[in-house]
Amino acid sequence: MSLAARQRGAAAEGRSGFNTLLVAATLLAALAAPFIIYPVFLMNVLCFALFASAFNLLIGFVGLLSFGHAAFFGAAAYVTAHAAKVWGLPTELAILLGALAAAALGFVVGFLAIRRQGIYFSMITLALAQMFYFICLEVPFTHGEDGIQGVPRGTLFGIVNLDNNLAFYFVVLAIVAAGHLAIWRIVNSPFGNILKAIRDNEPRAISLGYNADSYKLRAFVLSAGLAGLAGGTNAIVFQLATLTGVQWQSSGEVILMTLLGGIGTLAGPPIGAAITVGLQTYLAAIDFPVTVLIGLIFVVCVLLFRRGVAGEILAYIRKRK
Amino acid sequence: MFCIPYVKCLPLIALYGQLLLGLINGSFYALLSLGLAVIFGMLRVINFAHGALYMLGAFVSWWLSIAFGIPYWGALVLAPLAVGVVAVVIEKTMLHQMYRLDPLYGLLLTFGITQVIEGTFRYFYGASGQPYPPPAALSGPLNLGFMILPIYRGWVVLVSILACLGTWLLIERTRIGAYLRAATENPVLVQTFGINVPLMMTLTYAFGAALAGFAGVLAAPIYQVSPLMGTNLIIIVFAVVVAGGMGSILGAIVTGYILGLLEGLTKVFYPEASNIVIFVVMAIVLLLRPAGLFGRAA
Repeated sequence: MSLAARQRGAAAEGRSGFNTLLVAATLLAALAAPFIIYPVFLMNVLCFALFASAFNLLIGFVGLLSFGHAAFFGAAAYVTAHAAKVWGLPTELAILLGALAAAALGFVVGFLAIRRQGIYFSMITLALAQMFYFICLEVPFTHGEDGIQGVPRGTLFGIVNLDNNLAFYFVVLAIVAAGHLAIWRIVNSPFGNILKAIRDNEPRAISLGYNADSYKLRAFVLSAGLAGLAGGTNAIVFQLATLTGVQWQSSGEVILMTLLGGIGTLAGPPIGAAITVGLQTYLAAIDFPVTVLIGLIFVVCVLLFRRGVAGEILAYIRKRK
Repeated sequence: MFCIPYVKCLPLIALYGQLLLGLINGSFYALLSLGLAVIFGMLRVINFAHGALYMLGAFVSWWLSIAFGIPYWGALVLAPLAVGVVAVVIEKTMLHQMYRLDPLYGLLLTFGITQVIEGTFRYFYGASGQPYPPPAALSGPLNLGFMILPIYRGWVVLVSILACLGTWLLIERTRIGAYLRAATENPVLVQTFGINVPLMMTLTYAFGAALAGFAGVLAAPIYQVSPLMGTNLIIIVFAVVVAGGMGSILGAIVTGYILGLLEGLTKVFYPEASNIVIFVVMAIVLLLRPAGLFGRAA
């Protein structure tokens, strides 16, 4: 049974009227949130929500488990930070450049990884991401263990001063919302339907005349680019790009967020991201090893809770009907 | 002196030294990828926890020596057994539920287990290593004439080659191995012949894990015993496995040694690339022969 096939139909989440209501309520909550909760924390959650959703585009809708998505998030962070700090590019251009760099890296990694399927695909992405980590460790522009520090936040279109956390929050919200809109459009387009067909039965999709490899590669590049959009934005939020972003542990975290929230659902990854980032922030204050907890949640999710939060809710709603 | 025109000249001693290091790394790659291949063949699970089990093997031997004064020779037997027992517990309580699911879940589960094991050890022992001296009988150098060989390093290479060959013989030339290969092809049919396939799966996982634990004991005197020793290794071993293809036991062994040696050579001629050379080889193999050097096309 394929990982995502369990979630089949999950994309059509509930009725459309209910959905519109849910999206509107979420947006309203997101608009009000920074007046109650610390905006930097919220921006971190938003960036990881987009990162997890980009990852979910592959695992949930193409059935490809990438174990190296941190490379795209981290690469974009480095490029954005470098462009903003050293080249002095405007913030919006720096973020865009970061996303493009991540998409380019995604093309290279994806091109190699789609040559194998299933479990091998995961191992290849993990290995290539680790290779990228070692490259980041060696090349001078990443500044090794120190990372790129003191990245200026700059202004948006030369008007809005982004050093103001509240103002920047709304910019980040707009970026992340646009990213999610793009994912929603991709999933519900003819292109997205072919992706799902490949996920559910690749030989059949090929026999229908679709070039599965080409579709997979395009999805991979899109996912990497969106992960890069999240990574670049995150670098500007924290004014920092470090090796932490490209470590394999980060690839594990984004898998956890998606698994916890619900693979193959649109609402799941942001939920998972909010829970995970919240936990990490909370645990940083007390003396408990974060990796152990992340590992435990992983084990529990895989053993008992494979549908994730959103998947369980959907299953509950469907049962009641 | 040994020269490659236009590239580099260096004393032969340095070349031999790096080749020996490459051979030692290759030994660990071979032992670990062999275990991964055996487990994957039977269980269809990629055991991410393999690096953590290797680390566990090293830690158990360190404990045995600190707490009970049990020497290296005892650890060489007891530590793999202990790791095997841990593996039985993992398989019986959690991993066996993964067989009917997509193989990706097995990878995710063992990834989670890895995080728990390594996180716990890091919490208690930090990132620094504990020293574990080699036994007296294997200490000291041996003059081979063309180079000075630290005896323990020679021992590691010798023993791991023997362990690899032993495993190969066990699987290819014994009755148990024949059952194992048959169950890999068709578990249902083998079970109808009255062979306890679930038990075989448990034991296969324990055996693969014990191999990792064995490698951990061998590694303890060379690298320090540290919670992080398995983390980076397992990702390299994944690359080795992808490059070699998991279809054949012998393929996993040979690829492990070849890539270890290649890494050693890279350290001599272009040290900056030594960290990534195995990944580069994996990428090249994927381009030219996607099924792996010894793999069969799916």
